[in-house]
Amino acid sequence: MKTATFKIWRGDAKGGKFVDYSTEVSEGMVVLDAVHQIQAKQANDLACRWNCKAGKCGSCSAEVNGLPRLMCMTRLNDLPLDKPVTIEPMKAFPHVKDLVTDVSWNFHAKKKIKPFKPRPPDTPDGTWRMAQSDVDRVQEFRKCIECFLCQNVCHVLREHKLHDEFIGPRFFVQVAALEMHPLDIEDRTEELKQAHGIGYCNITKCCTKVCPEGITITDNAIIPLKERVVDNFYDPLGRWVKLFRPKT
Amino acid sequence: MPEYQTFEHDVLVIGAGGAGLRAAIEASAAGVTVGIVCKSLLGKAHTVMAEGGVAAALANVDERDNWKVHFADTMRGGQYLNNWRMAELHAKEAPDRVRELEAWGALFDRTKDGRILQRNFGGHKYPRLAHVGDRTGLEMIRTLQDHGVHRGIDVHMECTVITLLKDGDRVVGAFGYDRERGRFRLFKARAFVLATGGIGRAYKITSNSWEYTGDGQALAYHAGAELMDMEFVQFHPTGMVWPPSVQGILVTEGVRGEGGVLQNKEGKRFMFDDIPELYKNQTADNPEEGWRYCQGDKEARRPPELLTRDHVARCIVREIKAGRGSPHDGVFLDISWIKEKIPKAAEHIKKKLPSMYHQFKQLADIDITQEPMEVGPTTHYIMGGVRVDGDTQMSTVPGLFAAGEVAAGLHGANRLGGNSLSDLLVFGQRAGKFAAQFAKEQGAGEINVAQVEQAAQRALEPFERNGANAEGPYQIQHALQEMMQDLVGIVRKEDEMLRALEGLQKLRKRGGQVAVPGNREYNPGWHTALDLDNLLTVSEAIARAAVERKESRGAHFREDYPDKDAAAGKFNIVVRKGTDGSMQVRRQPLSEMPAELKQIIEEMK
Repeated sequence: MKTATFKIWRGDAKGGKFVDYSTEVSEGMVVLDAVHQIQAKQANDLACRWNCKAGKCGSCSAEVNGLPRLMCMTRLNDLPLDKPVTIEPMKAFPHVKDLVTDVSWNFHAKKKIKPFKPRPPDTPDGTWRMAQSDVDRVQEFRKCIECFLCQNVCHVLREHKLHDEFIGPRFFVQVAALEMHPLDIEDRTEELKQAHGIGYCNITKCCTKVCPEGITITDNAIIPLKERVVDNFYDPLGRWVKLFRPKT
Repeated sequence: MPEYQTFEHDVLVIGAGGAGLRAAIEASAAGVTVGIVCKSLLGKAHTVMAEGGVAAALANVDERDNWKVHFADTMRGGQYLNNWRMAELHAKEAPDRVRELEAWGALFDRTKDGRILQRNFGGHKYPRLAHVGDRTGLEMIRTLQDHGVHRGIDVHMECTVITLLKDGDRVVGAFGYDRERGRFRLFKARAFVLATGGIGRAYKITSNSWEYTGDGQALAYHAGAELMDMEFVQFHPTGMVWPPSVQGILVTEGVRGEGGVLQNKEGKRFMFDDIPELYKNQTADNPEEGWRYCQGDKEARRPPELLTRDHVARCIVREIKAGRGSPHDGVFLDISWIKEKIPKAAEHIKKKLPSMYHQFKQLADIDITQEPMEVGPTTHYIMGGVRVDGDTQMSTVPGLFAAGEVAAGLHGANRLGGNSLSDLLVFGQRAGKFAAQFAKEQGAGEINVAQVEQAAQRALEPFERNGANAEGPYQIQHALQEMMQDLVGIVRKEDEMLRALEGLQKLRKRGGQVAVPGNREYNPGWHTALDLDNLLTVSEAIARAAVERKESRGAHFREDYPDKDAAAGKFNIVVRKGTDGSMQVRRQPLSEMPAELKQIIEEMK
């Protein structure tokens, strides 16, 4: 059987180094399989997060050969195995151990988003009617598996560390899912502008490139949200029109 | 004495999948303080993997559906070993629980007139599964999570409970550790809800992740609660079989619901050969009728591919054993053939089954719109679990509740697809409600400090061992998984299961020698070592119950007793820990069903 070498980051917040492991590889293996094999046979205490192993839970995010990936969906036969495969933790979050980072900031950021607020039910039985086409519009955003790879590559978080002023692409996707939800009547533009810091995004589209679910984060979520903010706060003509338009 | 941090809540929910989140939301709404412990990060629990949909008799697609039909379907699927009260409550309350999710922001696929769309699934008489493509579980868990985070629930992420603490009869504490730093945590509460899911990791081929090591079942068992129906383990008929690294990953039943057919290597649709008596009246006897059913023809009967999971799994095993399987020991599941029937079939498949399309494309280089998949049975779900009261979900131990997969009763001998997502909503809600009520009525209990110290010391032992017999945790876990797969799997025999019980004794001894390197910080080896105890406990319960049930029924198939035995259909098998610490097995007669429910079953036969 073929073997391959994996350079895996070992260490904790105090520091660490790459350690080489060589392990057998077989047909169809993904990076996470190699990590598990190494964990079972050579390094029982090698820390890594994972759950579903099918690209549905978003737990096993890491940087493979420098690229942000889900380890469970990265096939070994798509990587050059003649040289070592490097596996490192995500860089935008505090390091915990080996391949594990502290992603708890994301769970705090999520809480800042105003919750779903539906319009009153459409029928006396308390239910709503929605067209499939209206539902389809937001399904793209609701595919998000919260792997936080988009947060990891966003320079506002990764380089500039503006975690207190900016919620990051993942949560703009969530705000977009709420704002474009056929039933939602909440207005989140004030927060987008202030607390969520959408102005910091300068549309480099790095988030879109790394999304394992293929969500067009920048074009479909962030830009329309930016437009809403602009319409509400910066559009003089729009303001003028609003003055005379009856409230809906 | 190892140090520990103490946390206090009125209600502690252990497990943060659908059932746990739903319970936490309900308890919190009842005005008590709530903590929720997740083994992983919030929102990553196995609910996320559920694909097909949530079963509820909304009657949006077929107006003939109602709770009575759903009740009868669930009982028939469970071969009448179900707790009838749970089956009744489940069928009656599921529609409200689904509508409630919509009010919290979930977006299901729609009918033409804008209501929640429902799809066909195995064992359900009418299209009953509300769904979002094939990622219904993600939609549900995200909805519950996002709703829950605004309710003031304290979330303890990446934290594992290793023992429950009692004051007299009552459970008053839970003791565990946090994954990140390996520090011990003591949770004091007045009521506890177990929502820890299943036991899939007791088997080699499974759709379950590392978390599903029977924690809740084992915690309850050691706290003195009874486990019931543990012999009924569901092997989902369609898991991936190739390449080896993806073996066991689920292929949703939705593929068959959309018209996918099972074929052997001779190209034969073998499911037509073996239609059980109980389902003859409801099953199509030719491919044409089956297809019409999948297209929504109300006059047509369902294709045999949509028979119950236990039956389909056994038929697949039969084909493989007879040498008619696919190249990698599976059978073929083909959805691409529908291009003969409808235009733009490839687009249709991608739209209806997007994650299946990607899963096969990315992991197996198979384009399911063009070629068949190879599939075989995978350990998926346990019908058995903690024995609970049907109304309140309280176990036989006061203050200890259980909901979702960890609880027994609703599904009897076999679960219908789609009934787990509705299970966790209906009984998560009930467990949360009654746990909160129980908490309000109780004073704080006394924590037995000696018990805490003992648990902490025991948990740290694997770090101190370095004797000649010391072994790594993964070797023992793999040995256990191989053994359960081989000896207590889909097809069972008495002598094999007795061998498994002996093997478990030996593994327990080896487990007592398990050693792990490194320190307590985020150490998966240590976590695996601690989970081993639970796996051994639930494996023993499964094997003992399976030996005791000397018949074949639902998911439990005995080669030495291949037929159903009417006498064995009158009791559940219950295990509990005896005073000497050994596992006691007894038969619990079914309680008498009220006449009106009996009548419903008769009418729907």
